Amino acid sequence: MGETSKRLAIIAAHGSLDAAYPPFILATAAVAMEMECAIFFTFFGLEILKKGYADKLKIAPIGNPAMPVSIPNIVGVLPGMTSMATGMMNGWMRKAHVAKVSELLNIALESGVRFIGCQMTMDVMGYKKEDLIDGIEIGGAASFLEFAGENAITMAF
Amino acid sequence: MTVTPDQVLDCSGLACPMPILKTKKAIDSLQIGQILKMTATDPGSKSDIDAWTKKTGHELISYEQAGARYIFYIKKTK
Repeated sequence: MGETSKRLAIIAAHGSLDAAYPPFILATAAVAMEMECAIFFTFFGLEILKKGYADKLKIAPIGNPAMPVSIPNIVGVLPGMTSMATGMMNGWMRKAHVAKVSELLNIALESGVRFIGCQMTMDVMGYKKEDLIDGIEIGGAASFLEFAGENAITMAF
Repeated sequence: MTVTPDQVLDCSGLACPMPILKTKKAIDSLQIGQILKMTATDPGSKSDIDAWTKKTGHELISYEQAGARYIFYIKKTK
Protein backbone atom coordinates (compact mmCIF):
# COMPACT_ATOMS: atom_id res chain seq x y z
CA MET A 1 0.00 0.00 0.00
CA GLY A 2 1.34 3.43 -0.95
CA GLU A 3 1.20 6.58 1.10
CA THR A 4 -2.40 7.28 2.03
CA SER A 5 -4.07 10.63 2.38
CA LYS A 6 -4.96 11.71 5.88
CA ARG A 7 -7.24 14.56 4.94
CA LEU A 8 -10.63 14.90 3.35
CA ALA A 9 -11.76 18.30 2.12
CA ILE A 10 -15.40 18.58 1.10
CA ILE A 11 -17.30 21.37 -0.64
CA ALA A 12 -21.04 21.44 0.09
CA ALA A 13 -22.56 23.80 -2.47
CA HIS A 14 -26.19 22.62 -2.60
CA GLY A 15 -28.96 22.95 -0.05
CA SER A 16 -31.37 20.20 -1.05
CA LEU A 17 -32.09 17.20 1.15
CA ASP A 18 -30.33 14.72 -1.11
CA ALA A 19 -27.28 16.96 -1.51
CA ALA A 20 -26.88 17.45 2.25
CA TYR A 21 -26.35 13.80 3.09
CA PRO A 22 -23.12 12.80 1.29
CA PRO A 23 -20.91 15.49 2.87
CA PHE A 24 -21.88 14.42 6.41
CA ILE A 25 -21.76 10.68 5.73
CA LEU A 26 -18.30 10.95 4.21
CA ALA A 27 -17.04 13.43 6.81
CA THR A 28 -18.07 11.30 9.79
CA ALA A 29 -16.72 8.14 8.14
CA ALA A 30 -13.43 9.95 7.44
CA VAL A 31 -13.02 10.83 11.11
CA ALA A 32 -13.80 7.23 12.06
CA MET A 33 -11.02 6.21 9.67
CA GLU A 34 -8.66 8.54 11.50
CA MET A 35 -8.57 11.22 8.84
CA GLU A 36 -8.95 14.95 9.37
CA CYS A 37 -11.90 16.54 7.63
CA ALA A 38 -13.22 19.98 6.77
CA ILE A 39 -16.40 20.94 4.95
CA PHE A 40 -16.69 24.25 3.14
CA PHE A 41 -20.35 25.32 3.02
CA THR A 42 -20.81 27.70 0.15
CA PHE A 43 -23.66 29.05 -2.00
CA PHE A 44 -26.85 27.08 -1.25
CA GLY A 45 -24.86 24.64 0.84
CA LEU A 46 -24.77 27.32 3.53
CA GLU A 47 -28.53 26.80 4.04
CA ILE A 48 -27.71 23.51 5.77
CA LEU A 49 -26.00 25.47 8.57
CA LYS A 50 -28.90 27.83 9.25
CA LYS A 51 -30.17 27.29 12.78
CA GLY A 52 -32.96 24.72 12.86
CA TYR A 53 -32.74 24.15 9.13
CA ALA A 54 -30.93 20.81 8.76
CA ASP A 55 -34.11 18.76 9.09
CA LYS A 56 -36.20 21.12 6.96
CA LEU A 57 -34.27 20.63 3.74
CA LYS A 58 -36.37 19.68 0.73
CA ILE A 59 -36.09 17.77 -2.48
CA ALA A 60 -37.82 18.99 -5.65
CA PRO A 61 -39.26 16.40 -8.02
CA ILE A 62 -39.09 18.77 -10.98
CA GLY A 63 -36.11 18.16 -13.23
CA ASN A 64 -35.17 15.11 -11.19
CA PRO A 65 -35.49 12.02 -13.38
CA ALA A 66 -33.99 9.77 -10.70
CA MET A 67 -36.90 9.85 -8.22
CA PRO A 68 -37.84 6.21 -7.50
CA VAL A 69 -41.46 7.16 -8.12
CA SER A 70 -41.52 8.88 -11.48
CA ILE A 71 -43.11 12.33 -11.31
CA PRO A 72 -43.47 14.03 -14.71
CA ASN A 73 -42.16 17.59 -14.82
CA ILE A 74 -45.61 18.86 -15.84
CA VAL A 75 -46.91 17.48 -12.51
CA GLY A 76 -43.82 18.53 -10.56
CA VAL A 77 -44.60 22.20 -11.17
CA LEU A 78 -47.84 22.00 -9.20
CA PRO A 79 -47.99 23.58 -5.74
CA GLY A 80 -47.22 21.13 -2.95
CA MET A 81 -45.23 18.70 -5.09
CA THR A 82 -41.91 19.60 -3.47
CA SER A 83 -43.39 19.00 -0.02
CA MET A 84 -44.84 15.71 -1.19
CA ALA A 85 -41.57 14.50 -2.69
CA THR A 86 -39.73 15.59 0.47
CA GLY A 87 -42.16 13.61 2.62
CA MET A 88 -41.70 10.54 0.45
CA MET A 89 -37.92 10.81 0.55
CA ASN A 90 -37.86 11.27 4.34
CA GLY A 91 -40.13 8.24 4.66
CA TRP A 92 -37.78 6.08 2.59
CA MET A 93 -34.81 7.25 4.64
CA ARG A 94 -36.58 6.40 7.91
CA LYS A 95 -37.56 2.98 6.59
CA ALA A 96 -33.92 2.26 5.74
CA HIS A 97 -32.89 3.47 9.23
CA VAL A 98 -30.76 6.28 7.86
CA ALA A 99 -29.91 8.95 10.43
CA LYS A 100 -31.41 12.43 10.05
CA VAL A 101 -29.26 15.19 8.56
CA SER A 102 -29.20 16.96 11.95
CA GLU A 103 -27.91 13.81 13.67
CA LEU A 104 -25.06 13.34 11.20
CA LEU A 105 -24.30 17.08 11.35
CA ASN A 106 -23.99 16.96 15.14
CA ILE A 107 -21.84 13.82 15.10
CA ALA A 108 -19.57 15.49 12.55
CA LEU A 109 -19.22 18.64 14.68
CA GLU A 110 -18.65 16.67 17.90
CA SER A 111 -16.05 14.44 16.29
CA GLY A 112 -13.97 17.39 15.19
CA VAL A 113 -14.92 17.96 11.56
CA ARG A 114 -14.20 21.60 10.71
CA PHE A 115 -17.20 23.47 9.32
CA ILE A 116 -16.26 26.53 7.29
CA GLY A 117 -19.16 28.79 6.35
CA CYS A 118 -18.56 30.95 3.30
CA GLN A 119 -18.36 34.65 4.16
CA MET A 120 -19.16 35.75 0.62
CA THR A 121 -22.35 33.63 0.59
CA MET A 122 -23.38 35.18 3.91
CA ASP A 123 -22.99 38.63 2.35
CA VAL A 124 -24.96 37.61 -0.76
CA MET A 125 -27.81 36.01 1.20
CA GLY A 126 -27.80 38.57 4.00
CA TYR A 127 -27.04 36.04 6.75
CA LYS A 128 -25.46 37.05 10.03
CA LYS A 129 -23.24 34.79 12.11
CA GLU A 130 -26.06 34.35 14.64
CA ASP A 131 -28.31 32.96 11.87
CA LEU A 132 -25.97 29.98 11.62
CA ILE A 133 -25.38 27.13 14.07
CA ASP A 134 -22.70 27.42 16.75
CA GLY A 135 -19.30 25.79 16.51
CA ILE A 136 -18.50 26.75 12.94
CA GLU A 137 -15.81 28.94 11.41
CA ILE A 138 -16.51 31.67 8.90
CA GLY A 139 -14.02 31.99 6.10
CA GLY A 140 -13.38 32.31 2.42
CA ALA A 141 -11.90 30.24 -0.35
CA ALA A 142 -8.39 30.65 1.05
CA SER A 143 -9.40 29.25 4.46
CA PHE A 144 -10.67 26.10 2.78
CA LEU A 145 -7.75 25.82 0.37
CA GLU A 146 -5.20 26.15 3.14
CA PHE A 147 -6.67 22.96 4.63
CA ALA A 148 -7.24 21.23 1.28
CA GLY A 149 -3.78 22.16 0.03
CA GLU A 150 -2.08 19.84 2.49
CA ASN A 151 -2.49 16.65 0.45
CA ALA A 152 -6.22 16.38 0.97
CA ILE A 153 -8.63 14.32 -1.05
CA THR A 154 -11.13 16.91 -2.24
CA MET A 155 -14.72 16.30 -3.26
CA ALA A 156 -17.59 18.60 -4.09
CA PHE A 157 -21.33 18.13 -3.72
CA MET B 1 -15.75 -19.05 17.94
CA THR B 2 -14.60 -19.15 21.53
CA VAL B 3 -13.28 -15.62 21.85
CA THR B 4 -14.73 -13.77 24.83
CA PRO B 5 -15.29 -10.14 23.93
CA ASP B 6 -14.38 -7.36 26.36
CA GLN B 7 -17.19 -5.22 25.01
CA VAL B 8 -20.33 -5.89 23.00
CA LEU B 9 -21.81 -3.39 20.55
CA ASP B 10 -25.15 -3.85 18.81
CA CYS B 11 -25.51 -1.86 15.59
CA SER B 12 -28.58 -3.77 14.41
CA GLY B 13 -30.97 -1.62 12.43
CA LEU B 14 -28.41 1.11 11.78
CA ALA B 15 -27.48 2.20 8.27
CA CYS B 16 -24.20 3.55 6.88
CA PRO B 17 -22.22 5.29 8.32
CA MET B 18 -23.44 4.61 11.88
CA PRO B 19 -21.94 1.09 12.40
CA ILE B 20 -18.48 2.42 11.54
CA LEU B 21 -18.87 5.50 13.75
CA LYS B 22 -20.05 3.46 16.72
CA THR B 23 -17.35 0.82 16.19
CA LYS B 24 -14.67 3.52 16.19
CA LYS B 25 -16.07 5.03 19.40
CA ALA B 26 -16.23 1.62 21.11
CA ILE B 27 -12.68 0.67 20.06
CA ASP B 28 -11.42 4.01 21.39
CA SER B 29 -12.79 3.09 24.82
CA LEU B 30 -10.91 -0.23 24.95
CA GLN B 31 -7.35 -1.08 26.00
CA ILE B 32 -4.84 -2.42 23.47
CA GLY B 33 -5.37 -6.16 22.97
CA GLN B 34 -9.02 -6.10 24.06
CA ILE B 35 -11.74 -7.39 21.78
CA LEU B 36 -14.98 -5.80 20.59
CA LYS B 37 -17.88 -7.88 19.37
CA MET B 38 -20.01 -5.84 16.98
CA THR B 39 -23.27 -7.02 15.46
CA ALA B 40 -24.81 -5.26 12.46
CA THR B 41 -27.68 -5.83 10.05
CA ASP B 42 -26.44 -3.43 7.37
CA PRO B 43 -25.37 -5.65 4.43
CA GLY B 44 -22.67 -3.09 3.61
CA SER B 45 -21.06 -3.48 7.01
CA LYS B 46 -18.76 -6.35 5.95
CA SER B 47 -16.99 -4.35 3.26
CA ASP B 48 -16.98 -1.25 5.47
CA ILE B 49 -15.47 -3.04 8.47
CA ASP B 50 -12.88 -4.64 6.18
CA ALA B 51 -11.93 -1.21 4.85
CA TRP B 52 -12.01 0.37 8.29
CA THR B 53 -9.70 -2.24 9.86
CA LYS B 54 -7.34 -1.99 6.88
CA LYS B 55 -7.16 1.80 7.23
CA THR B 56 -6.95 2.03 11.02
CA GLY B 57 -4.81 -1.06 11.64
CA HIS B 58 -7.17 -2.71 14.13
CA GLU B 59 -7.54 -6.43 13.55
CA LEU B 60 -10.66 -8.24 12.37
CA ILE B 61 -10.05 -11.56 14.08
CA SER B 62 -13.34 -13.20 13.18
CA TYR B 63 -16.41 -12.63 11.07
CA GLU B 64 -19.56 -14.68 10.81
CA GLN B 65 -22.97 -14.27 9.26
CA ALA B 66 -25.98 -15.58 11.13
CA GLY B 67 -29.12 -15.04 9.08
CA ALA B 68 -29.52 -11.29 8.64
CA ARG B 69 -26.86 -10.54 11.26
CA TYR B 70 -23.22 -9.82 10.59
CA ILE B 71 -21.00 -10.45 13.58
CA PHE B 72 -17.50 -9.05 13.87
CA TYR B 73 -14.79 -9.61 16.47
CA ILE B 74 -12.28 -6.79 16.32
CA LYS B 75 -9.09 -6.57 18.34
CA LYS B 76 -7.72 -3.15 19.30
CA THR B 77 -4.09 -3.08 18.19
CA LYS B 78 -2.92 0.41 19.09
